[in-house]
Amino acid sequence: MKLKLRIWRQANADTQGRFQDYNLDHVSADSSFLEMLDLLNEQLIQAGEEPVAFDHDCREGICGMCGVVINGLAHGPARGLTACQLHMRHYKEGDTITIEPWRAAAFPLIKDLVVDRSAFDRIIQAGGYVSVSTGSAPDANAIPIPKKNADLAMDAAACIGCGACVAACPNGSAMLFTAAKVSHLGQLPQGQVERHNRVAAMVRQMDAEGFGGCTNHGECSAVCPKLIPLDVIGQMNRDLIRAVLSR
Amino acid sequence: MQNLQVLSFSRSTIGKKVIMAVTGVIGIGFILVHMYGNLKVFIGPEYFNAYSEELRELGAPIFGHAHALWIMRLILIASVALHVWAATALTIQARKARPDQYAVKRTLEANYASKLMRWGGVVIFVFILYHLMHFTWGNIHPDFIPGEVYHNLVVGFQFLPNVIFYLIAVSLLGLHLYHGGWSMMQTLGILSPRYDQAVRRGAAAFALLMTLGFAVVPLAVLFGVVK
Repeated sequence: MKLKLRIWRQANADTQGRFQDYNLDHVSADSSFLEMLDLLNEQLIQAGEEPVAFDHDCREGICGMCGVVINGLAHGPARGLTACQLHMRHYKEGDTITIEPWRAAAFPLIKDLVVDRSAFDRIIQAGGYVSVSTGSAPDANAIPIPKKNADLAMDAAACIGCGACVAACPNGSAMLFTAAKVSHLGQLPQGQVERHNRVAAMVRQMDAEGFGGCTNHGECSAVCPKLIPLDVIGQMNRDLIRAVLSR
Repeated sequence: MQNLQVLSFSRSTIGKKVIMAVTGVIGIGFILVHMYGNLKVFIGPEYFNAYSEELRELGAPIFGHAHALWIMRLILIASVALHVWAATALTIQARKARPDQYAVKRTLEANYASKLMRWGGVVIFVFILYHLMHFTWGNIHPDFIPGEVYHNLVVGFQFLPNVIFYLIAVSLLGLHLYHGGWSMMQTLGILSPRYDQAVRRGAAAFALLMTLGFAVVPLAVLFGVVK
């Protein structure tokens, strides 16, 4: 099929960016969104032009590297999918597709569609871990965990840190990401000792990175490729209030 | 514990949200009582005027003349001030967090209520000032008589543009209560996922009830039911 692409081009953070239009032919409906961009880049390279920079790694929907805003939606129109798992069968002949990078002050642009998501790493460094002595792997089921908590922890742990929640939030808030990490560990017995300190430290880092606050629109959860539920935000709020009240 | 010491509540985004939620609960309490009190206008002028006068004797004999009323007023004023302060601070922070806008904007879950929280809030705030000037201080009322609340109300709602502004304001208030009512539970973290849909429906029913309860008074005057 033939597509009209409007892609954000920006050489680096210090230069002005702008949209550039491209006409791309022979796009297979079976190709993924990133393969479609590969096709464009092959043609750009052959024509001696600068290819479009975009992040990607596993292309299996599990690493969290890829992610662009496609016609106003982070990761595109399909729910529960990363951009690499979005296939071109969602589009038809003659469609115009606008592709933009994640836009957030806390995610400075590196080039074209690539942004720096180190802010997420610093939130994790602030407390998204359990301090235990490492050694040989413990026996499975040595620590009993109720099924419900194990399931909730697993739901939250599905977060791949792609940043779509921030990209989709009208406030540029990182609440869903931070809350997923907080409630993932908060559901498990190993996470209890540091529970209060963890939530306080991670929220403090989240604020320091310049993310906005939550207004409960629910856009984050709607675009999340791992369908992290909004409930985790309520859980984090509850943990933070408890942490503050019990200090 | 070092992390907790620096985490002063008012400084964090979540802390500001908690302030908004708690002051919102106080506001909801006031709105509920105010709406209920308004409906007494349908019983008649003497009853309604007496109700307004007796509000000043609330809590007697423990509280003296207008004491309880003023305590409640001060709590309300403080709540509104904190609510507006936190909302403003969070709005500024949100604008800074998204300095560059998307060329194509689409939303999946956001609704009119959630999108109108900020501007709706501004309109409601302006309305509160207008409403006070209209019926409490009387400086923009065409024929204000202190103590004659029934008369003031009937005269005040003869003017159609005024009624329209009231209806717009209470409609926006309804949307604000709908999103705010649910949002507050989420912010305070007292929402079990199991009751999420029930709380949303409850917030919608409450918001609708408040809007209708407030709207019925100016409409009744406009259509001559109350005169």
